[in-house]
Amino acid sequence: MKIHEYQGKEILREFGVPTPRGEACFSVDEAVAAAQKLGGKVWVVKAQIHAGGRGKGGGVKVAKSPDEVRQYAGQILGMQLVTHQTGPEGQKVRRLLIEEGAQIVKELYVGMVVDRASQRVALLASSEGGMEIEEVAKHSPEKIHTVRIDPTSGLTDAEASKVARDIGIPDVANAEAVKVLQGLYRAFVEKDAMLAEINPLIVTADNRVVALDAKFNFDSNALYRRPEIVAMRDLDEEDPAEIEASKFDLSYIQLDGNIGCLVNGAGLAMATMDIIKLYGGSPANFLDVGGGATTEKVTEAFKLMLKNPNLKAILVNIFGGIMRCDVIAEGVVAAAREVHLNVPLVVRLEGTNVDLGKKILADSGLPIISGNDMADAAQKVVAAAKGK
Amino acid sequence: MSILINKNTKVITQGMTGKVGQFHTHHCKQYANGANCFVAGVNPKKAGEDFEGIPVYASVLDAKNATGATVSVIYVPPAGAAAAIDEAVAADLDLVICITEGVPVHDMLKTRYKMQGKRTILIGPNCPGLITPDEIKIGIMPGHIHKKGRIGVVSRSGTLTYEAVGQLTALGYGQSSCVGIGGDPINGLKHIDVLKLFNEDPETDAVIMVGEIGGTDEEECARWIKGNMKKPVVGFIAGVTAPPGKRMGHAGAIISGGQGGANEKLAVMEECGIHITRNPAEMGRTMQKVLKK
Repeated sequence: MKIHEYQGKEILREFGVPTPRGEACFSVDEAVAAAQKLGGKVWVVKAQIHAGGRGKGGGVKVAKSPDEVRQYAGQILGMQLVTHQTGPEGQKVRRLLIEEGAQIVKELYVGMVVDRASQRVALLASSEGGMEIEEVAKHSPEKIHTVRIDPTSGLTDAEASKVARDIGIPDVANAEAVKVLQGLYRAFVEKDAMLAEINPLIVTADNRVVALDAKFNFDSNALYRRPEIVAMRDLDEEDPAEIEASKFDLSYIQLDGNIGCLVNGAGLAMATMDIIKLYGGSPANFLDVGGGATTEKVTEAFKLMLKNPNLKAILVNIFGGIMRCDVIAEGVVAAAREVHLNVPLVVRLEGTNVDLGKKILADSGLPIISGNDMADAAQKVVAAAKGK
Repeated sequence: MSILINKNTKVITQGMTGKVGQFHTHHCKQYANGANCFVAGVNPKKAGEDFEGIPVYASVLDAKNATGATVSVIYVPPAGAAAAIDEAVAADLDLVICITEGVPVHDMLKTRYKMQGKRTILIGPNCPGLITPDEIKIGIMPGHIHKKGRIGVVSRSGTLTYEAVGQLTALGYGQSSCVGIGGDPINGLKHIDVLKLFNEDPETDAVIMVGEIGGTDEEECARWIKGNMKKPVVGFIAGVTAPPGKRMGHAGAIISGGQGGANEKLAVMEECGIHITRNPAEMGRTMQKVLKK
């Protein structure tokens, strides 16, 4: 689960990481009032959306007067902000962060990830702040310093101090940098984060170390014990279809093709998308109904897929293990009746009680196209989507 | 022979008395020699009771001492699953298989740290388990699609494992053992560990390796195969069509930071001599072609 920059900074401050003073705003008037309250002569008006690359897309502006704050806030609030992470349609800006300006001497990068290879939390740090870490990794990997952190000792003073020196933080600010890095690590662990980035982390003219940005992504499997993180969820930033799906414990991701897929198991669901593509079609979604699909879940899955205006055909691909094919077949028949299915439906069943399942489909009187195996079903659904 | 488990393995079930645990324990007990293999359950509040004749003990250690079991399987809900693994490791079992889906990553980081220097092998979490056909099934896979034979199967995904097994069985090829290593980023055995076991198993002739997007485990395994594997390997990677930055169901199935894409994995695997197919319906037939050469 992702959160906004201003929320990420609240968490950082809680763990002793300095950030610029700032306020989250939902209207132009609030933005101007916030600037006046903050005082000073320079303010930064920052669009709050979950995607990165906001600056390049025109979502971050430096204002030198309250009038400019008003002007920029007016421009940014409500705009469809397009970045390399939003897709071409962009993301509507509904919230702003108004911050005091900062005097930047150095821009650095620090991040934390769960490192699969070492099975540790890894601190990544680079002198190349402001750039995307992927780009730095590609072009100058020697500029990335990595510490794989021992979970019993945490990020030690010595490790943090060395990293701070490695990325060019002046010695006079070393002690403060150590506090920042250790604060970030504690936030990462104590809030069950999967990813945390401060990009850029800056050194100011008066040698302070300040987080100018904050990006967090949390482990959705741990949200049950992090109500304070759940409270930060912004549903406006998420795909409505995916929110709807999560209510029924379905894992759904909308894609840009026209063949709906309903599959049990994440791996098989991906493979089903792949085979559709392989036979010249294009998947409209990823949809994993999970191990314990009921008639209700299958019906909801059909409703979700049918909301997609691009939908031309549906492929149901089930390899029943725990899930019995007869139960799935009954669910498919009930769902097809309830939603008044208006696109061709191809069903491939395999596994437990497959014959009974196929009989239920055949006896239903519905125009269901039966797929003998995964390849046959994929070819049939691709043809059906093309109107053949 | 087989890898990790056989008809003489004695198994403790952690979380046996819950709904999920009961359902799967029933089916595991029914499969092949299961009635003799599943010898104990664990629930501190229900010690002294039984499920279908399988006695419940207060702890893994009690269960081990009373029955001589060396393996455990875990159906404990996510919040307690890592602690259940810790308990099995502390009891010095040979192997622990965690079926539970949705275990917090930070719990697994701590558990994996505690496992350093211990001899217990972990499979999972978030996995279907493993099976040696006609001998023993530990986990949630449908037993009847398997057939005893000489092909090893290893996969990160449950139903995609069944797909590979189903194709092999339909073509007349049986399996030596099938291992679901699970879809989480922090887990126990990786592809490479299971390939090493299959390489040493005299009753495995060839292996199907099924991977998916996310991480670089398949690439690492492929490089090992190139230098060490004595047996042919067929490979498939799910997620060629998956968009970057989107988690495809499994916590570990995400293309991020320019890593973990399916095409990159397939390219490395092919370069390392693995017989890859881009068609998930062709895993069995690709193996058939390799074996007939």
